[in-house]
Amino acid sequence: MGPGQAALVTGANGSGKTTLLRVLAGMALPAAGAVTWSGTPVNRLDPLQRADIAYQGHLDGLKKELTVSENMAFYSTFWSGRQEPEELLEELRLNECRDRQVRYLSAGQRCRAALGCMRLKPAKLWLLDEPLTNLDARGAELVAGWLTAHTTAGGLAIVATHQREQLVQAASVEIEL
Amino acid sequence: MASFLLILRRDFRLAFRRWSELATPLMFFVIVASLFPLAASPDASQLRDAGSAVLWMSALLSSLLALDGLFRSDAEDGSMEQLILSPAPLGLIVLAKILAHWVVSGVPLLLLAPLIALSFYLPADALPTLIIALALATPTLSVLAAIGAALTVSARGGGAIIGLLVLPLTAPVLIFGTRATELAVTGASTLGPLYLLAALAVFALSLGPLAASAAVKVAME
Repeated sequence: MGPGQAALVTGANGSGKTTLLRVLAGMALPAAGAVTWSGTPVNRLDPLQRADIAYQGHLDGLKKELTVSENMAFYSTFWSGRQEPEELLEELRLNECRDRQVRYLSAGQRCRAALGCMRLKPAKLWLLDEPLTNLDARGAELVAGWLTAHTTAGGLAIVATHQREQLVQAASVEIEL
Repeated sequence: MASFLLILRRDFRLAFRRWSELATPLMFFVIVASLFPLAASPDASQLRDAGSAVLWMSALLSSLLALDGLFRSDAEDGSMEQLILSPAPLGLIVLAKILAHWVVSGVPLLLLAPLIALSFYLPADALPTLIIALALATPTLSVLAAIGAALTVSARGGGAIIGLLVLPLTAPVLIFGTRATELAVTGASTLGPLYLLAALAVFALSLGPLAASAAVKVAME
C-alpha cells in the first residue's frame, strides 16, 4: 500500500482487527516484527510525526462534561487543524446539539462527534476502528465520502469494519483476517 | 506552549463541571483534621503539640485521594489515546494536567489549612510559614501522586495501590513540612526546612512529569 490508498480490514469478531490498528498506531507492541512510520518505529515517533496519525478506536475521546462544540474546538486548536469546526458541525448534522454536553447525546450522535474530531486532525494516516457501528445510512455515506476525499488528497487510510458494502467503493485494498 | 495552555483551560473547565469530585478531598481534609481532637484530648497544649502533624498527615492523604483519578477519566473515554497521538510532548501535557489539578485542589487546601490550624491552637504568627510550607510541599505531593496515578491508570481499584506506591516516597516532604511548622510555632527560623521543601518541589516538577508520561504510555500499551 502507498499514499492515496484506503484499505478495508474485515474479519470475524476476535480475529484481531482492533489489535492490528492499535499496533499500527503504536499503542500496542507487535509480538514479532516492527511497525515503522517514515523509518521510525511507531512507538518511538517524535511528537510531530505522531500528529501524522489519526486513530479512532472504540473509545470516542470526547469529554462527557464538555459540549460538542467545546470538544471540537479543543481538538481543532490542539491539532492546529485546517478545517473549521463550524463546517463540520453542519456536515455531521450536529448543529442542533452543538451546545449539549456529550453525556446527553445518543450513541450515533456521539459517534459522529468523535468522527468530527478525528476529521479535524491534519493527519496523513487514518486508522479507523469500526467507524460505522452506530451511524445511520447518511452517516455512513459521509464517512465513505471523507475516505475518498482523503485518499484523493494523497492520504492513507486503514479501516476495520463489519459494514463492508458501505465502504467498499472508497477502498482500493481489502484485507480479510 | 499553546497546547500547554489549552490542556490547562480544558481541565479547569472540566473541574468546574464536576466540582463535587473536587470538593470530596477537601471535605476529607477538614473532617479528618477535625475528628482528631475528638479521638485525642481537647486540651489546648496537647492539641498544639499534635496540630502540625495532624495537619500535614491529613493534607498528604487528601492530596493522594484527589489525584487518584487524574488520568483515569482520560484513559476511560479515549482522550488519552488522542493526547498521546498529538503534536505536543506528552510530558508537557502531563505537567499541564498536574498544574491544573494543583490549582483547583491544592490552592483551596492552602486556604483551608490556616482555619484548621487555628482550631488546633497553633499561634497566628506560625500561619504564614504554614501556608508557605504547604504551598511548597503540595506541588511535590501532586507530582508524586500523579506518578502513582499514571502507574495505576489501568488497574482496578487504583486508589489503594497509589497509597502503597506513593506514601513511602512522601516521607521527606512530611519531615520538612512538619519541621518548618514546629519551628514556626516555637518562633525559631524556618528557612532551612523551607529551602529543602523548595528544592524537593523543583526536583519533582522537573523530573516527575517525564516519569508520569512514561508511565502513562506504558499503561496505554
